[in-house]
Amino acid sequence: MISIVWAILFVFVAPVIGGLVCGIDRKITAHMQGRVGPSVFQPFYDVGKLFEKENAVVNETQIFYVACYITFMVFTGALFFAGGDLLLVIFALTLAQIFLVLGAFSANSPYSYVGAERELLQIMAYEPMVILTAVGMFVATRSFNVGEIAASATPVVLLIPGIFLGFLYTLTIKLRKSPFDISTSHHAHQEIVKGVTTEFSGPALGLIEIAHFYETVFLLGFIYLFFGWNPLVGVIAVIVIYLLEILVDNTNARVKWQLAVKSSWLIAVIVGVINLAALYFLAGGV
Amino acid sequence: MQLAQLLIFLILFPLIAAFFLLLAKKDLERDWIVKLSALVIGVVSVYLLITTFDKGAMLVSVIPAEPAGLVMFILEMLIAVFILYLGITHKKWLVVGLILVQAVMMLYFEMTYAHAIDVQSNLFIDEFSNILALIIGIIGSLICVYSLGYMKFFHEHHPEMPDKRPFFFGILFLFLAAMFGLVFSNNIIWVYFFWEVTTLCSFLLIGYTKTEEATTNAFNALWMNLLGGVAFAGAILYLAMFGNGVMGLAELLATGKVVALIPAALIGFAGLTKAAQLPFSSWLVGAMVAPTPVSALLHSSTMVKAGVYIIVRLAPVFQSTFTGYMLAMVGALTFLIASGIAISQSNAKRVLAYSTIANLGLIVACAGIGTYEAIWAAILLIVFHAISKSLLFLAVGTVEHRIKSREIDDMNGLIVRMPKIAAMMVIGIAGMFLAPFGMLISKWAAIRAFIDAPYGFLFVIILAFGSAITVFFWAKWMGKIIAVTSDSKNVEGEVDPSEWAALSSLAGLSFITTLVFPMLSTKLLEPFLMTNYGQVAQLSQDNIIIMMLMLVLLIVLPLSILLPARKHRHLTPYMGGRTTTSDMRFSGSLGVQKKTVLSNYYLQDWFGEVKLRTWGIWLCSGLIGIMFIATVLPGVVL
Repeated sequence: MISIVWAILFVFVAPVIGGLVCGIDRKITAHMQGRVGPSVFQPFYDVGKLFEKENAVVNETQIFYVACYITFMVFTGALFFAGGDLLLVIFALTLAQIFLVLGAFSANSPYSYVGAERELLQIMAYEPMVILTAVGMFVATRSFNVGEIAASATPVVLLIPGIFLGFLYTLTIKLRKSPFDISTSHHAHQEIVKGVTTEFSGPALGLIEIAHFYETVFLLGFIYLFFGWNPLVGVIAVIVIYLLEILVDNTNARVKWQLAVKSSWLIAVIVGVINLAALYFLAGGV
Repeated sequence: MQLAQLLIFLILFPLIAAFFLLLAKKDLERDWIVKLSALVIGVVSVYLLITTFDKGAMLVSVIPAEPAGLVMFILEMLIAVFILYLGITHKKWLVVGLILVQAVMMLYFEMTYAHAIDVQSNLFIDEFSNILALIIGIIGSLICVYSLGYMKFFHEHHPEMPDKRPFFFGILFLFLAAMFGLVFSNNIIWVYFFWEVTTLCSFLLIGYTKTEEATTNAFNALWMNLLGGVAFAGAILYLAMFGNGVMGLAELLATGKVVALIPAALIGFAGLTKAAQLPFSSWLVGAMVAPTPVSALLHSSTMVKAGVYIIVRLAPVFQSTFTGYMLAMVGALTFLIASGIAISQSNAKRVLAYSTIANLGLIVACAGIGTYEAIWAAILLIVFHAISKSLLFLAVGTVEHRIKSREIDDMNGLIVRMPKIAAMMVIGIAGMFLAPFGMLISKWAAIRAFIDAPYGFLFVIILAFGSAITVFFWAKWMGKIIAVTSDSKNVEGEVDPSEWAALSSLAGLSFITTLVFPMLSTKLLEPFLMTNYGQVAQLSQDNIIIMMLMLVLLIVLPLSILLPARKHRHLTPYMGGRTTTSDMRFSGSLGVQKKTVLSNYYLQDWFGEVKLRTWGIWLCSGLIGIMFIATVLPGVVL
């Protein structure tokens, strides 16, 4: 059952929440590094600053790709929170990210190009795990519907613990946190300048930032799905996991893409086979 | 009566067209014959659909098996002699051996058993055959029209190649006739005959340019397909000896699994060779040396579909059997490995070839599992793959002629050099892996189908990885095409109108089929599934609405390009602070200017063709071996 109310709520509230989450992220990171750090609202100030700048481009098509990227990112999140089909949500997310990649490719610039290739490698790294997560949730709750999974009384995370761990591993990639922030990052230490977002500036870059806020909220919601059977535990889990991600981000250096892809795949295969096989045989599979 | 006439017309009319094309020496005559024939075939295929779609499966009993059967046998022997002659003169002993074995088997059958076989209904039509007839009639015809412009350009620019266009077009239409015969035949012997004709057409067309590479690859394709033919003949002999006179597809499916399993396994093996599944994939990749229309028609949208068509037809036999399971594993592994190899390929046609092999593998996997959900996914895959892949092949052919290269890296900035063709290629590529287009719907259906199958989690994992891999190689190609380079001139004007017509029609079809797929599913797929499985699969109403929404967005958003927008300030790309010109040349010392070259990641160490293919050949050969052993050992049922 699709809930339009939740979708509209997502469209308007998510960027605020996402921005706050990013701001808190920066504050905590700063304290971990012994700094005071910027205000919690700094991401909003940054986006505001970007929108004030001139929209200089490398070519006109970039604006189109960014517009598509944010449109489909909002669409993905809205569909998710409205309680749509989980597989469709994942595929819509891929569509959104492809637009970002295309925007980077269209600039025909070296850093942007390498960033785009690495972004595709990232997608290739986490996609198997994400699909397996959706499949795991189906096996646990017999439904692909986000609404039903979130409302389900089965303790999903206890049925698919392996997949949960694998998902957390790839979550680091999706959140663009070290050690897997190989295509672009919020930190300054980027050997390909800003990677995928190098050739975007001004309002276009601002839109990408806002899309990142939407994506963050969507990912947090995804984590919650594992704990749907107990909302309080779910919220706490989301907070704890995000703090964990921040910790991992600050204690690891970036790895090469080969390690990122190989390790993600290895984990996806191992947890996928073990967890799904276990569930299959426990369910009395043939 | 009406139905029989329609089916016969579709089989014989292309033959007549082929005959006249063999005689037509002038371009103008050929143009007219091809365009008119294509139109007629397309219209009649659609008419067939409209008049029969809601009537379920209909057997046609008015065509008697016998004079047709004898004619087919004589033709088969003539083809065998022809191939024998060519095999000997080119010293291809494997081909010689295989054709001899096959000929002896069919001779033995004809002399010993043929008179005892009596198939009441030799032709038939049902929803599945209708879908394939549409693919052959519409996509096949469009490709033939495209070939007019393509071959004209080809021979203008390759005066050293012998111009045998009458022969080329004749064989193209002969092939269309054989394909129609294949999908309309209920009599297995007839299916076999048409099957062998398609093998012959493929062989002749791959070797069209008569270069050494083309001839070698043509014989390669020939021996692998003949191996399948031997298996097919084996199935016919088995049925003749132990099948109680059953020789019709419908009857075979009705007899029940135990009797039908061995011939089904043999015919399934034939399907594997025709669909270029591992370990028989090298012939399809080698066939890319042929002119592009051949690659589009035979080796992506139609002939190879015959291979998966027969496996899907036999799916009720394979369902819940170990045999079917092994077949499905071969398909799934082929999907994974071929997708992997596609990453490492820089030649556009090879990427398309491996992608075709991969998608056929996915269809085989669905057919081997054989549940109603899997078959639903399989048929959707067949439809959407045929459209997108042929669009891509034709576009690559046109592009190759203009930029004189098949390398993906040379297609950098195609959106500037050939905007409309590049846009169509983007549609084709998007159609292969992006939501909400057809292939994505099919993959979605396949995931759901696999989950509920025995040991389905293995297939789901393979599908998840294969799917991630396909995103990578399609997206990086797309990126190359849409790069906006500043120093390229538009070379699109020289494209032939016949090529435009075919390309735009296929691009339009991509959108239209995605839009109408719910109707396709309800009117055609569900009745077919209901008849053969007693259950239907479908996507929920909500999901369909959402996908339509996505599609609308995807159509509307690009139209924003037409809006008058203020021009923004253009900056050159960031080159690390070095002095550069606007077309990205680094200024070095002493006035030296170095051009920037951007090339895709091919990940050769991980996805090298030789390494992956060797793995695939060994694994899949092993699986096929196990499949046959398990089938012959009495009744292994899951």
